[in-house]
Formats: sequence, structure tokens, C-alpha cells
Amino acid sequence: MCNWITHKTPLRGVGRGASGWFDVTQANVSFDHPSHAWDDHALLLDFVNEAGGPGARIAVEVDAKSGRALAEAILKALEAGEAEHALA
Amino acid sequence: MKRLKGRDMTSGEMTAELVTITGDGGTRIGAYVAKPAGAGPFPGVLLIHHMPGWDEWYFEATRRFAHNGYLAISPDLYHREGEGASPEDAAAKARAAGGVPDTQVVGDMAAGAQYLKSLPESNGKVAVFGSCSGGRHAYLVATRTNDTDACIDLWGGGVVMGADDLTEKRPVAPLDYTADLTVPLLGIFGNEDSAPTPDQVNEHEEVLKSQGKQYEFHRYDGAGHGFFYHNRPAYRTEQAIDGWSKIWDFLQRTVN
Repeated sequence: MCNWITHKTPLRGVGRGASGWFDVTQANVSFDHPSHAWDDHALLLDFVNEAGGPGARIAVEVDAKSGRALAEAILKALEAGEAEHALA
Repeated sequence: MKRLKGRDMTSGEMTAELVTITGDGGTRIGAYVAKPAGAGPFPGVLLIHHMPGWDEWYFEATRRFAHNGYLAISPDLYHREGEGASPEDAAAKARAAGGVPDTQVVGDMAAGAQYLKSLPESNGKVAVFGSCSGGRHAYLVATRTNDTDACIDLWGGGVVMGADDLTEKRPVAPLDYTADLTVPLLGIFGNEDSAPTPDQVNEHEEVLKSQGKQYEFHRYDGAGHGFFYHNRPAYRTEQAIDGWSKIWDFLQRTVN
């Protein structure tokens, strides 16, 4: 449904958009109607820099299963990488 | 213009252009307008785009109404999210902000209806049409203004709302405004939709019926949310063709 619920989290990093790299300052995460993904509802990930205007956005739309797998992969990568770094 | 099966067919000649109108609070917003060739008089259709934004499907639908003999306008509800931004970026910004306020939508759409009625080719009547969140908005416009003569709600989610669903931007369930509905209502829904669910459609119908409102609901098996969108996997050819025929018939009876 159009639930209009967005979870926001601040970020410190960079991302590559249509016009090149820019600072990403926030992630907006929703589960709602996508623009392009092949699902009625999808996990909508927007990496944005609000100071850069609406176009400062990197958009990703994935299905729910993929979204969960992505979240797990991020956590695993962080755990493994940080552990490896600590051992180094 | 010749009349065919109760439907006005134009030659297909039309003009289409981007204009600005004075929306809610005096803000200038963009709108897409399509007009059949000829002096008219033509009825009008006010299109309210869906949550994904002021996108190509809505531009196509605006031209489709013009092709069929209607003055049509589709205002950009997300204009304030960034003039010049792509419709998708503007929609993303609106989504992140929790949507746009109901009162603002009603104000913008009242301006759209008044624009249509001000055209020299107008017959003075306007139907409001919307899908998804736009279906909900269409019901709001039909109940909160006196600017429309018919209402077409395509699978509007959130007409029926629980107390937990209400927000500062959406403070009242549209269903609660049903007493103020004075124009005929056409509702088109998919039985596999999750918003609105078939139970919510039934609840809406019960309220309309109990208040003696003029309405007709058409429910389609094998269809979910957004089954008119030919560019989406939700598209259902047979149901969409029949649904459009219901729209032409309804408009013929209400605003022609």
C-alpha cells in the first residue's frame, strides 16, 4: 500500500550518482510502491544528500527477499572485515 | 466529432502542453494539459497522479482523455519538492517527507478544476480521476470541494483508515467525509489488492449505501493494485479494458 513510512538514518560516506561522486549524508528506507522494480511493493533505498537537491540521490529498488539478504550481507561483511582488521 | 457507443471520439487531433497554475496557498505549480482540437464544448477530467509521481503513465492518460473528447489536466502534486527535479526524484523526496498534506492536495486540485472550467472550450463540468494515493485524493477532492461533478476512484488505498493510520498530513479518513459526497462515484478495484483490501472496499460501499449515495463499484478477479498500468507487471489486459469501458460509460452519463 502507499504507507508513506520512511526510515531515515544518517550516513557518512560517498556514493556515485548520475553526475559522479558526491557525499551521501542520509539513507531513506521504505517498503512501498517502486517506480521500476518488478513488484507491487519493494524495498526502496535512497542514498541522498539533501543539500544537493532532489537529484542528489542514488536509488535502489529490490524485492523483500533480496532486501533481507542484503541486510544480512552488510552485517556479515562488517563483522568479517572488522574481525580481519583487528587480527591484522 | 462523432458519437460512437456513447463515447465521444475526436479526430485524435489535440494540443498538449505544460502550464503553471496557482495551487494551494498561492504557490505556482506545474500541470500537464491536453485538449482535443475544436471549439467544444468539452467536459473536463482532472487527473490526480499516484504515489510514484507525475510520471509518463499519467501524461499518457491525460492525452487519452483528450483523445476521447475531454479537456484534461494533471497537476504536479510534488512540484514543491523541487522545481525542475525529475518526477522520480521529486516523488522520492515526497516519500521521505511522509507524503504531501491532504489540505494541500485539495487546494492544488481545486485550482486544476477551476483551470479546466475557465477554458473557453469547457462545458462547465469536471470529473476528478485518480489511482492509488490519487484515488484516495480524488475522494477527498470530491468531498471537500464543490469543484467537481463526478469522481473516479481507482483502487484508492487509505479511504478507509484506522486511528493508527492518521497522521498530521492525513488527519481524517476520507471515508468520514462521505456525508459531503454530492457527486456520482465510480470505484474500480482489484480483488487481489492489499490496499484497499476487498474488506475495505466492502466497508466503503456499506457507508455509501447507508447514506444513500450515488455510486457504482466494479471489482475484478485476477487483478491487484494498479492493473491499468501497462508498463508494470500488475497490468491485466482484460480487466483494464473493461475498466476503461466503465470509465467512458460513467463519464458519458455524468459530465457530457
